[in-house]
Amino acid sequence: MKNFQLIIVSLLGLIFTSCGDKNEPASQYFANMYYTVPYDTYGEYEIFENEQEAKKPVEGTIKKGWMPYEYEDNTEGYEKAKTELINDLAYTEENIEEGKELYNIYCATCHGEKGDGKGYLVEREKILGVPSYDDKGRAITEGSVYHVMYYGINTMGSYASQMNTKELWQVDMYVMKLKRDLEGVEQPEFENK
Amino acid sequence: MRKVTFSQEFFKYLFLLVLVVSFSSTYAQEDATSEEAKSEETAAEQTEESAVPGGDPVKGKELFNSLCAACHKPYSDAVGPALHGVTERREMDWLYEWIKNSQALIKSGDQQAVALYEEWNKVAMNAFPQLSNQDIDDILSYVEQPKPEPKVAVAAEATTGEAQSGGGISNEIVLGILAFVLLMLSVILILVNKTLNRFAQANGIEVKDDKPKGKPIWVAFAENQFLVLSTVIVMLLVVAWYGYGGLMSVGIDQGYEPIQPIHYSHRIHAGENQIECKYCHSSARVSKHSGIPSLNVCMNCHKQIAEVAPETQAKGEQEFNVDYNAEIQKLYEATGWDPQTQSYSGESKPVKWIRIHNLPDFAYFNHSQHVTVGQIECQTCHGPVEEMEIMYQDAPLTMGWCINCHRETNVKMEGNEYYEKIHEELAKKYGVEKVTAAQMGGIECGKCHY
Repeated sequence: MKNFQLIIVSLLGLIFTSCGDKNEPASQYFANMYYTVPYDTYGEYEIFENEQEAKKPVEGTIKKGWMPYEYEDNTEGYEKAKTELINDLAYTEENIEEGKELYNIYCATCHGEKGDGKGYLVEREKILGVPSYDDKGRAITEGSVYHVMYYGINTMGSYASQMNTKELWQVDMYVMKLKRDLEGVEQPEFENK
Repeated sequence: MRKVTFSQEFFKYLFLLVLVVSFSSTYAQEDATSEEAKSEETAAEQTEESAVPGGDPVKGKELFNSLCAACHKPYSDAVGPALHGVTERREMDWLYEWIKNSQALIKSGDQQAVALYEEWNKVAMNAFPQLSNQDIDDILSYVEQPKPEPKVAVAAEATTGEAQSGGGISNEIVLGILAFVLLMLSVILILVNKTLNRFAQANGIEVKDDKPKGKPIWVAFAENQFLVLSTVIVMLLVVAWYGYGGLMSVGIDQGYEPIQPIHYSHRIHAGENQIECKYCHSSARVSKHSGIPSLNVCMNCHKQIAEVAPETQAKGEQEFNVDYNAEIQKLYEATGWDPQTQSYSGESKPVKWIRIHNLPDFAYFNHSQHVTVGQIECQTCHGPVEEMEIMYQDAPLTMGWCINCHRETNVKMEGNEYYEKIHEELAKKYGVEKVTAAQMGGIECGKCHY
């Protein structure tokens, strides 16, 4: 009788302390349409290479509303883009606003909100070697800024995966505005759309 | 295995509490394992003499960090070669020329320059016409400083006000040990009692039970009808409460915190370094999915950051039991990046992150509508992500939770041309100035369930 009681108590104790695990998903009741029948975005399926559902498109194909960037990722390409590539977006307040918003998300952490190479990560000495936009040795232009954002340069990576072409040009426009601010050059008038 | 999480927590703590209370009266444990923080500070004496006459290392550091550090490190190879000892390898005049315009020097056919260019895979070094010879002296005197001794990070005594009890062992483990000891003690007592009784029987001694036989307590309890009835009612209520709670927690993953293949810390990236959420989760702006960043986004910074700061590393080892530098190596393994040669091997394997926030397939949720159009803060739904060492699900993500927010939140209409006419008409219809998502039809079935 005594032993029986002891067993019951210890069993109860075990039951109440052994469950509840935050590393496991909760149980479900008749998960009828919970799981996808088609392939889920970023899913993992055995039939794909590397088990990745996200596959790359065929090399050389062009999707609607997008044009490939025709400069090579090397020094010659950089110089070429620097001299001849121009921004064909209109210089409007709207584009500058958009550009500023995107700049503050993707660039300001290193380049600083004013573009002087004193971003938060540089202040904390996590990332070093960020030049100011008015650096005379680099003498950035619209074309070179776009080229560097598209391919990356030295330790800066490419940002083409995070922004589309139009967004990159908007950021480019805002970067040139910051450069003019740093140099103390007059800003041009906004165009009407 | 899938589990129901509700109701176990309460009993777990109740059980532990009972154990502790029964135990603490008999045995108090003094914890004397507070480890003293070892501070092996080797004061690296900075030699003030610089290898370059007339150079100022302090100014040089500033110049180096803003202009050179993108490709060069003083003591290790990066995009360009390690610079320490360069003044012994090269002539000063050659250095001036090279730094001001390396390409011109190569074109002029200088043998040293051409050999160097070939050796480093023809990566062109930027020209720095703005630097004076004095500036270059400063920079060189900075890189020629002897390598500082690594300072062993002092354990964070200043941050924790009191000495940590148990040297970082969690309470659960301590309680477990206590419970085990208690169990052993009671087993021993029972055994001793049995042997003594057996001795007594063998020697013919009668063991006296000097307690008068009273009514056992449960008999007394059973005879008191009022007590029995009220206990039954209480029991029924308790069972109903926990039964309902258990049913309501089926399929709710609030607090789900799986172990990811790489110990990625949102606390460091989004909290300490204040990286904007959309930097990595860039598709939240434009897409239904706020995707997990691909590894090229990691490499944007971690090309340069192969190791965390010593104090970060120490904190990780003490508080979270994780070696951050080893975790960064896992990233390099996945991308095929070799920090020694600063190049990709071309062999990459994807990181199999575990998805935490899962909606059933019959619910449609679009991030860009809420992030870009609604301009809702990420923390509203995902909780204080910038404080999470390991990501967990903060909100229940149930239908009631969604609908509640749609009833309480006003739609952002100002500056959105799409809403001009709609706002006018709806505001008239409902007689309100602001229109919530629910009034816009944001709780109709077809809006989310097709």
